[in-house]
Amino acid sequence: MTLFRTSLAAFAAIMIGAFSAASLSPAHAAGGGTKPPAHDWSFAGPFGTFDRAQLQRGYKVYREVCSACHGMSLMRFRNLSQKGGPEFTEAQVRALAADFKISDGPNEQGEMFERPGRPSDAFPKPFPNEQAARAANGGAYPLDLSVIAKARNYERGFPLFLLDIITQYQEGGPDYLKALLTGYEDPPKGVELLPGQNWNRYMAGNIIGMPNMLNDGQIEYPKGPDGKSPVPETAKQYAADVVAFLMWSAEPHMEQRKSIGRQVFIFLLLFAGLLYFTKKRIWSRLPEHAPGSAH
Amino acid sequence: MSGPSSYVPKLGIAKWLDARLPLPRLMYDSFIAYPVPRNLNYFWTFGGILMLMLVSQILTGVILAMHYTPHATLAFTSVEGIMRDVEYGWLMRYMHANGASMFFIAVYIHIFRGLYYGSYKAPREVLWILGVIIFLLMMATAFMGYVLPWGQMSFWGATVITNLFSAFPIVGETIVTFLWGGYSVDNPTLTRFFSLHFLLPFMIFGVVILHVWALHVTGQNNPTGVEVKAVAKDTIPFTPYATIKDAFALVLFFAFFAYFLFFIPNYLGHADNYIPANPAVTPAHIVPEWYFLPFYAILRAVPDKLGGVLLMFAAIAVLVVLPWLDTSRVRSMSYRPLARQCFWAFAVTCVMLGWLGSRPAEGIYVTLSQLFTALYFAYFLIALPLLGLFETPKKLPGSIAESVLGKMKGGSGAVVGAAAPAEPNTKG
Repeated sequence: MTLFRTSLAAFAAIMIGAFSAASLSPAHAAGGGTKPPAHDWSFAGPFGTFDRAQLQRGYKVYREVCSACHGMSLMRFRNLSQKGGPEFTEAQVRALAADFKISDGPNEQGEMFERPGRPSDAFPKPFPNEQAARAANGGAYPLDLSVIAKARNYERGFPLFLLDIITQYQEGGPDYLKALLTGYEDPPKGVELLPGQNWNRYMAGNIIGMPNMLNDGQIEYPKGPDGKSPVPETAKQYAADVVAFLMWSAEPHMEQRKSIGRQVFIFLLLFAGLLYFTKKRIWSRLPEHAPGSAH
Repeated sequence: MSGPSSYVPKLGIAKWLDARLPLPRLMYDSFIAYPVPRNLNYFWTFGGILMLMLVSQILTGVILAMHYTPHATLAFTSVEGIMRDVEYGWLMRYMHANGASMFFIAVYIHIFRGLYYGSYKAPREVLWILGVIIFLLMMATAFMGYVLPWGQMSFWGATVITNLFSAFPIVGETIVTFLWGGYSVDNPTLTRFFSLHFLLPFMIFGVVILHVWALHVTGQNNPTGVEVKAVAKDTIPFTPYATIKDAFALVLFFAFFAYFLFFIPNYLGHADNYIPANPAVTPAHIVPEWYFLPFYAILRAVPDKLGGVLLMFAAIAVLVVLPWLDTSRVRSMSYRPLARQCFWAFAVTCVMLGWLGSRPAEGIYVTLSQLFTALYFAYFLIALPLLGLFETPKKLPGSIAESVLGKMKGGSGAVVGAAAPAEPNTKG
């Protein structure tokens, strides 16, 4: 028995040792890239919805800046007017699509031709293939951004990753992207960057091919009734807006999902409550569960 | 437990069918009159929950297969097409992906319940082994399902896991080539995994029928581990008692499922799987889904590749022989003070292995993995065989009825004593 207690104590000691050793381990710090700060997103949480105006501004940032190098091949112009998104009017979407020249065909003569874009068209790709994209970008390949907001995340660590279940934190991707877009810095002393390399605080390994693309005042936002933009025209704001747009494009049915989810969840809880009382009632026929019994 | 049938057909058509194919009789005897120990706790509701999860996975899976394209160049886009353009496709896909995790949460609770209450012991060895076979089939199905979206983790997970077979001498390379359908993970791998991923759930269903059959022959174990002695006193009919209790637990479990599905659908997944598969770029850390992490930790604990593979398979194979490793005649850990503490240490060991499986295989993590792998096997190979020999179990109740009803007459002091064995349940 004493031997047994000793071995249990040894087991407990091992557990404590394991945790403390792991928290001191250099592997935690490895990987590079600072953890991004949390941004207050309108779409976070069980009641989160996208801010239509923000998504519309985000599309403008994508259109004027990002789309020069990054495609969004899973997006169709018609998506821009669907419910739960930027909700441009259909007329606006036709105009936005017509802004692009789309290669179509072959026609009856067997030749390809160009025509203005239609709402059913996919967002056109900026480069015909990966090689062309690399050639134009000093060897770096600008990724497709359709689902990028879900394809990026950062390690939360213990115990945050458990708390995230309760706080419903699902914005690791957007937080990282926003930090990345505004995280350009001069490299630390002694670090020589090669041509085509840039230093970013939040990038894993800190070296990134993409240069800083967002600067204050660079994009003109729609004016409010007072003749001024309702939000500041700053790099930070541009980054937040375009990342919100990217989150929507990665999860276009998020609002529907959360709204159905609230109904389903409440229904299941109420139903479970009714079943609980039914169960109690039925089991009370048994002597050991009868009201007033010791159990 | 499958005593004489008490089914009495009333309608004419029921009598007619009963004389030709007694299917209603089978259903009546299995789900209405079937005697259930009266002292089962809520851990016994997970069998029914698992049945429903299997049905849910098959239903959503069949719908997803209608819209999915099993081709290396189209798979990723077709899954995203389901998420975007198929009506409620996002619901089907998230339900299927999170459903797999829920399936494993339920199956792990179910397995640990069996471990705690000694449900693997005679006469339930075959029932238990059928369960281990279902678990193995589930793991194969889940692994192949994770490959289908053809994201980075799909591709590299498939590469790592299929490569394990190359560790076997002589036949290893041939097996791997056969699994891949070529010389690397590529389109032929994807198409055969898709085909098998569709087939295996129906094989699981078949083994589940055997599992339930075996259960209905031996009857259920119960928290005291004392066999049913008098059906009239120790048991209650499945319907309405177990039916309503299972229904309540099932709906609660589905609320838990819905929470993940609707509010944090990507919590249990990995962001890298939203990056299309790219054979030229290896992810920084290749990690399997959470439910494989303890086994992944055991695999990487051994420096030798073949040794790691063998140990990983041994971690599951040891469950098959478990009924003969545990030498104690007492089933329930509630009456085994030392074994009970070992059980909880084992549970913690499994959690630690899971955490270590998610860490990179370097430095202190390797040492810790080795330590906890040793503890994992020590539970089965040292603790359970030895404890049965020198542990003094607590006094068992004379019968199930006595454990529940007998104490009611005995005054308040005895009631506390009767409630005590059930206590660890609330912690789980």
